[in-house]
Amino acid sequence: MKYVDEFRDRAVVTALAERIKQTVSRPWTIMEVCGGQTHSIVRFGLDELLPKNLTLVHGPGCPVCVTPVSLIDDAVRLARQPGVILCSFGDMLRVPGSQGDLFGAKAEGADVRIIYSPLDALELARVNPHRQVVCFAVGFETTAPPWAMAVVQAKTMGLPNFSLLVAHVLVPPAMEAILSSPQNRIQGFLAAGHVCTVMGYEDYEAIAARYRVPIVVTGFEPVDVLEGIAMVVGQLEEGRAEVENQYVRSVSREGNRQAQAVVDEVFEPSSRIWRGIGEIPRSGLRIKSAYAEFDATVRFRDVLAQYGPAAQEHPECQSGLVLQGLLKPPDCPAFGTRCTPERPLGAPMVSSEGACSAYYRYRKSGAG
Amino acid sequence: MCLAVPGQVLQIADDPLRTATVSFGGVTKTVSLALVPDATVGDYVMVHVGFAISRLNEEEARRTLEAYAELAAMEVKDRVEGEEQQSATGREGVKSR
Ligand code: SF4
Repeated sequence: MKYVDEFRDRAVVTALAERIKQTVSRPWTIMEVCGGQTHSIVRFGLDELLPKNLTLVHGPGCPVCVTPVSLIDDAVRLARQPGVILCSFGDMLRVPGSQGDLFGAKAEGADVRIIYSPLDALELARVNPHRQVVCFAVGFETTAPPWAMAVVQAKTMGLPNFSLLVAHVLVPPAMEAILSSPQNRIQGFLAAGHVCTVMGYEDYEAIAARYRVPIVVTGFEPVDVLEGIAMVVGQLEEGRAEVENQYVRSVSREGNRQAQAVVDEVFEPSSRIWRGIGEIPRSGLRIKSAYAEFDATVRFRDVLAQYGPAAQEHPECQSGLVLQGLLKPPDCPAFGTRCTPERPLGAPMVSSEGACSAYYRYRKSGAG
Repeated sequence: MCLAVPGQVLQIADDPLRTATVSFGGVTKTVSLALVPDATVGDYVMVHVGFAISRLNEEEARRTLEAYAELAAMEVKDRVEGEEQQSATGREGVKSR
C-alpha cells in the first residue's frame, strides 16, 4: 500500500460520482474548509463530475490567505532589521503587505530564508549564534505542534537567538463565524483531514448539533473528497446533522494527544484578525508567557512599536468574499488581469492553497 | 499549508526528536517521529513540515479500499445491465459518464 495511487482510482471516482448523482434529490450547498481540498477539486475536476444542483463552495482554509496585512508588514520590518534571519515557508514570500512583500525585502538585501520544517529554522539558529533567527510561523492546527516542538527544543538547547512571529489560526471558530453570518448558505461541511488528525473531531460535534449541519472529516485525494461529499449529501437527504469520519486511516475522534499536549504547553488561544473577514474571538494562537522569550513580538517590541496603525489590504481585492465562499475567484473583476501570481493583489492568488491560485493554475479560462 | 504526505519509516534514531529516515515512494527524508511515539519501523506515517503527525491505520485503509473495490464493481455491473436494458428497449439507459 502506498496510500496515494489507491485513492486516485478512476473507477472508484466514477462510482462515487454516480452514487452522489443518484442520491441528490434537491439543491445543496457544501463547503470544503481546507484549501488543500479546494486544489484537489479544481485540479482533478471533481466539481465537474457532480450534479448541477450540488454546489461546492471553497472555504477559508488557507492560513497564508487569512494572515492580515499588518502581520505581513511586521514580518517585512523584522526581515529588514540588521542581524536578523527571517525564516518562512515559501508561500508567504509573495503575499503582498502594504509596503511590499518578503520577496521584495529579500531582493533588497534582507536575509529571508525559505524553510520546509521548523527544524530547519532551529538548525539555522544553532549555526548562526550571532544572528537573530525569526520564524514567520503560519498555519492551522496541523502546523502548530511542529512549531511548538521547535520552541520546546529551543528552550532545552538554550538557544537565545530563536523566536516566532506567530500567525497561527484555528478552524472551528472560523466555521462558526461563517455559520452564524446572516449571509450564510452553507448546509454541510467537509472538515479538514489533517487539522483533525491533530485535533480529533470532538469540537465539531457541538458545531454540528448547534447549527444543524452535517460535518464529514475528509482526506485530500480525489476518492477521499468524493466520498466525503457523498457522506454529507447522504446526511442532508436523510435530514441528519452529525459528525462522520471519512479519513479513518489518519483521524481518530480524540486526535493526536501527544501533539495537542505540546501545543498546550507553548501556545494559548487569542483573538485574531482574519484577512478580509475581520476579527474572530479565540481564533488564533499566541505564545504563553512561560515561553515569552521565544515570542518575536516581545523580543522586538521596541522595533515593532515604531510603526503606526495597522494597514489595510488592497481595496480591489475581494479575498474576504472568496474566503467566506460568497464569491468564486473568476468572478473577481481583477482575476487574471490586474491580479496574477506574478503581480498579486491578494494572498489567495499566491498561496499554494489559495482558491484564486487554484483557478488560475487549473482553469485559466475562468470557466467554472 | 496543511499538506501532509504519507511515507514509510525505514529507521529510527534514539534521540529526543525520534529522528527517522522515511521513504516517500523511494525518496528518503529525515523526519521527526516525536509526535507519534507508537510508530515503528515499517509503519506508514503522515508527514507535515518535517514531523509525522499520525501513524496510518493499515487495517482501516484496507477495509476502505475493499469497500471501494466493491463499489466500483457494482458500478460496472449497473452500467452493463443498463446498457443491456437500453438495447433491449431502445430507451435511454443509465449513463455513467
Ligand atoms: S483574484 Fe486577486 S484580487 Fe481577486 S480575490 Fe483573488 S487574490 Fe484578491
